[in-house]
Amino acid sequence: MRGKIGFFKWFIGFFLLFLYGPAILLPVFAFNASSIVSFPLSGFTTEWFSVLLTNGTLHVAARNSLLIAVTTAIFSTLLAVLAARASTRFSFFGRRSIMGFVMLPMVLPEIIIGVSLLVVIIQMGFELSLWSITMGHILICTPFCIAILSSAFMNLDKSLEEASFDLGQTRWNTFWLVIFPLVMPGIVASLLIAFTISLDEFIIAFFLAGTEPTLPVYIWGQLRFPAKLPGLMALGTVLLLVSIGLLLIADFFRRRGIRKTGIENTGGFL
Amino acid sequence: MTQPIIRLSGLDKFYGEFQALSQIDLDIQTGEFFSLLGPSGCGKTTLLRAIAGFETLSSGSLHIDGVSMEGVPANKRPTNMVFQSYAIFPHMSVAENIAYGLKARKLPKAEIKASVAEAINMVGLEGFDDRASHALSGGQRQRVALARALVLKPRVLLLDEPLSALDKKLREQMQSELRRLQRAVGITFVLVTHDQEEALTMSDRIAVMFDGKIEQVASPQILYGKPSTRKVAAFIGMMNFLDAKVLTTSGDNLEVEVQSLGKLTLPLEQATGGLDGCNSVGVRPEMLTILMGSQTSEREIEAEVTEVYYYGDMTYYDVKLPAKEDPITVTMRNTAGREVLEVGAKARVGWSTSSLLLLK
Repeated sequence: MRGKIGFFKWFIGFFLLFLYGPAILLPVFAFNASSIVSFPLSGFTTEWFSVLLTNGTLHVAARNSLLIAVTTAIFSTLLAVLAARASTRFSFFGRRSIMGFVMLPMVLPEIIIGVSLLVVIIQMGFELSLWSITMGHILICTPFCIAILSSAFMNLDKSLEEASFDLGQTRWNTFWLVIFPLVMPGIVASLLIAFTISLDEFIIAFFLAGTEPTLPVYIWGQLRFPAKLPGLMALGTVLLLVSIGLLLIADFFRRRGIRKTGIENTGGFL
Repeated sequence: MTQPIIRLSGLDKFYGEFQALSQIDLDIQTGEFFSLLGPSGCGKTTLLRAIAGFETLSSGSLHIDGVSMEGVPANKRPTNMVFQSYAIFPHMSVAENIAYGLKARKLPKAEIKASVAEAINMVGLEGFDDRASHALSGGQRQRVALARALVLKPRVLLLDEPLSALDKKLREQMQSELRRLQRAVGITFVLVTHDQEEALTMSDRIAVMFDGKIEQVASPQILYGKPSTRKVAAFIGMMNFLDAKVLTTSGDNLEVEVQSLGKLTLPLEQATGGLDGCNSVGVRPEMLTILMGSQTSEREIEAEVTEVYYYGDMTYYDVKLPAKEDPITVTMRNTAGREVLEVGAKARVGWSTSSLLLLK
C-alpha cells in the first residue's frame, strides 16, 4: 500500500515537472543577465523587458495578433451561438451531417487548411492580409466554440423559454432576458478559448500572412538570431502571464455563473 | 348557459403519422376548476399546450373567451401556465420572477411593485422577495410559479402536473391550497394530471382521456359513481367486472343475465353509457359487504376468501365467486367488533342491484 502511494507521488511529481518545467525556464532566463541562454545563471536584469518596449516590429506583430485574436473570438463565438442554438433546439433535415461537417476542422490538420486556404485566396485574386489569417482562424476556432456552447445550450431547460414567452415576453426579449444570461458563462469561455487558440496559432498565420506577421510568426522569424533569444524569453514570460490571467478570468466567470444559477459545480473544462 | 371560457371543437393534432389528439370537443366554463386526467401518453399535456399556444392544431378550432386563437402566439393569449418543472428563472430572485410578466407589459414601476407584493402574500411567501430562486424548496418554487402566473390575472390558468414533483405530504397540502387559491381568485384553472385522486379531490369537472380522445367529461361524483365506459370505470378507483348479457328490455327495465349473480332486473339508467354493446357489469369494492353472523343484505352470494390485505383502517379481500375464475375485491372498514377473515374462509358477500352498473 505504502509503496503504491510512493510510486504515485513520484509519478505525479515527474508529470508536473515535465509539463511545466520548460515554461518555468522562460521567466528564469528572461531575468538572466546574459545574452546566452544556458546555465549557470549570471545575474539579474530587466534589460530584456526594456528591449521589448522599444522594439517597433514586435509591437506591430503584437497588435496584429491581438486584432486577429479579438476578431476571431467575436466572430467564432457569434457563429457558434447560432450553430449551437440551432442544433440543440431545432430539428431539421440533415442536422447531424451538417453539424459533423461544421465540427470537422477541429480534427483536420492545420497545414492542410493553411495550404488550401492559400490556394483559394490566391486563385480568387485576393491579397494576403490580416483578414485572410482571421478567416482561417475563425474556421479552426468555431468548432471549439460550438463544442463549448452546445453544452451550455443543452443544459438550458426548454420550459424556461416557454415560460418567458407564456408570460407575455417576445421571442427576441426572451433571448436577451433569459437565454443569454444563462449561457453567458459558456459565451465567455468560448470567447477566451477562441482568443487563446488564435493568439498562438502559427501554421495558418504563417501560410496566410502577407507582409504583416502575427506574434508567433514574428517569434519564429527571430529564432534565427541567437542574440534575440533572451528578448524572446521575456516576451514568452509576458505571454505566459497573459494566458494565466485569461484562465483566471474565465474561471471567475464560470464560478459566478454557477453561483448565480445554482447549478452543481462539475469542475468545468478549465 | 353563459359562453364557455374555452371552446374546443373538432380538434386534431398529428405528429407525422402519429395522432396525438383526435376530434376533441370540449367546453370549459368560466371559473371552473377543470382537470384533464389520463394515463401518460394520452394527449392531455398536448391538449394543455395547444390551449397555451405551444402546439399548433392540425385541424379544428380553439376559442378562448369567444375569440379564435388561430394564429395567436402564446405571448398574446389570455392564458398563463404553471410548468411541470416550474421553469423558475434561476438567475432571478423570487420578486424578479414574479415581476417578469408585468415588466413585459411595461407597467409603471410602482404598480409592478404593489402587484408583486400582493402576489407574494397570496401564495404565502412573505419575506422571500429577495431570495435567490435556486435556494428555494420544491414547494416554494411551486408557489413562485403560481404567483408569477396569477399576478398577470389571466382568464385561464393552465397547470401541467404541478404537484407531481412534490412528496406525498406536501402534495396533499398543495392540493387544498390550490383549491383555496382558485376559489379566492375566481380564475378558471385547467389542470393536467395522471393522479385520479388529485383530480377527484380538486376538480369541479374532469375530462378522462385515452389515446388522444376524450372518453368522458363529468363531475368527480358522476365519474366515480356513474362512469360511462368500462375503461373509465377501471381507471378511476377500483372496479370489479362481471360478464353480463342483456336479455330483454321492457320500458325502463332491463332483464340481464350476470355471471355468478344470475338473472336480474336493472333500471335502464344503470346502463350509464347507453345500451349499445353492453357486455359487463361493474361494481365498486366498497359497495359489496362481507356479512357477519346474523347480518343480512338485499342479495347475497356464497364466496371463498382467496387473499387478505390488511391496511389497518381497511381490509381488502379477494374473494372467489362461483362460476367466475378471477376473484373480485371487497373492501371492508374495520369498525369495532368486526373480525378479519382468513384466507380460505367461507364468506357471505352481500350486494344490491342498485350498485351494479351495466357497461360496455
